[in-house]
Amino acid sequence: MADPQRISCDMIDDDVAVVQFKDRKILDEGAIQDLGRELFGLVEEAKHKKILLDFTNVEFLSSAALGKLISMHKKVEQAEGKLEMCSIRPEIYDVFKITRLNEKFDIYDDRDTALGAFRA
Amino acid sequence: MQSSWTWVKNHDIISRLDNGQRVVQEIIHALRCHEWKQDDVFAVHLALEEAVVNAIRHGNGLDPAKRVRVETKISAQRCWIQVEDEGSGFDPREVPDCTANENLEKPGGRGLLLMQNFMSSVEYNEAGNRVVMEKVLD
Repeated sequence: MADPQRISCDMIDDDVAVVQFKDRKILDEGAIQDLGRELFGLVEEAKHKKILLDFTNVEFLSSAALGKLISMHKKVEQAEGKLEMCSIRPEIYDVFKITRLNEKFDIYDDRDTALGAFRA
Repeated sequence: MQSSWTWVKNHDIISRLDNGQRVVQEIIHALRCHEWKQDDVFAVHLALEEAVVNAIRHGNGLDPAKRVRVETKISAQRCWIQVEDEGSGFDPREVPDCTANENLEKPGGRGLLLMQNFMSSVEYNEAGNRVVMEKVLD
């Protein structure tokens, strides 16, 4: 997999891939396509089973970006892995709530709580 | 109320997503200049982004021969936006409910719902190629 342009990924305790988004605003069409490819690569190529998406840097996302998150969620489930999300600011959490995606996704307040949930 | 608008702008752009982005950014900048709060700016930004992308991508099918017109009026308390494309339009009543259990995992179809939730009002014309939406602050 080429060096990711849209995300950075750190391994925690050797088995959890913690993903940070490089873009503050996830809305550009090309960027969303790249983001999808890079996220899917974590499951399909790197074969990570535990993935945490940390939204600390994210100030804005469009519905097209939601589509990639849904596809990512499905891919991780199909691979019998676990996808978590954390540190989502209130405006963006509203987007998840309105679309009921908060019921589909495992969302935690912060990174420590999310990492703890992988161990539970 | 017409006299209370302090920023009025008409954009007429070729159907390219980068053109749409420039329009969105200019309007968002104008809201910030009017000292709108961050969560209200976020709400308009999201709705506007969805409306403009819908017009360019789905309305005009990214056809550079077709144009998108965006009219905007802003005051300290209100933001009125009209987005019109040259496509054949759609019927918003026929958009599937993306919050229905069977549609929750479908990757698309959330733009309209987000617009309706983040704006005070959202109305389409009969043809379905023009949307008027407004955010009125409490």
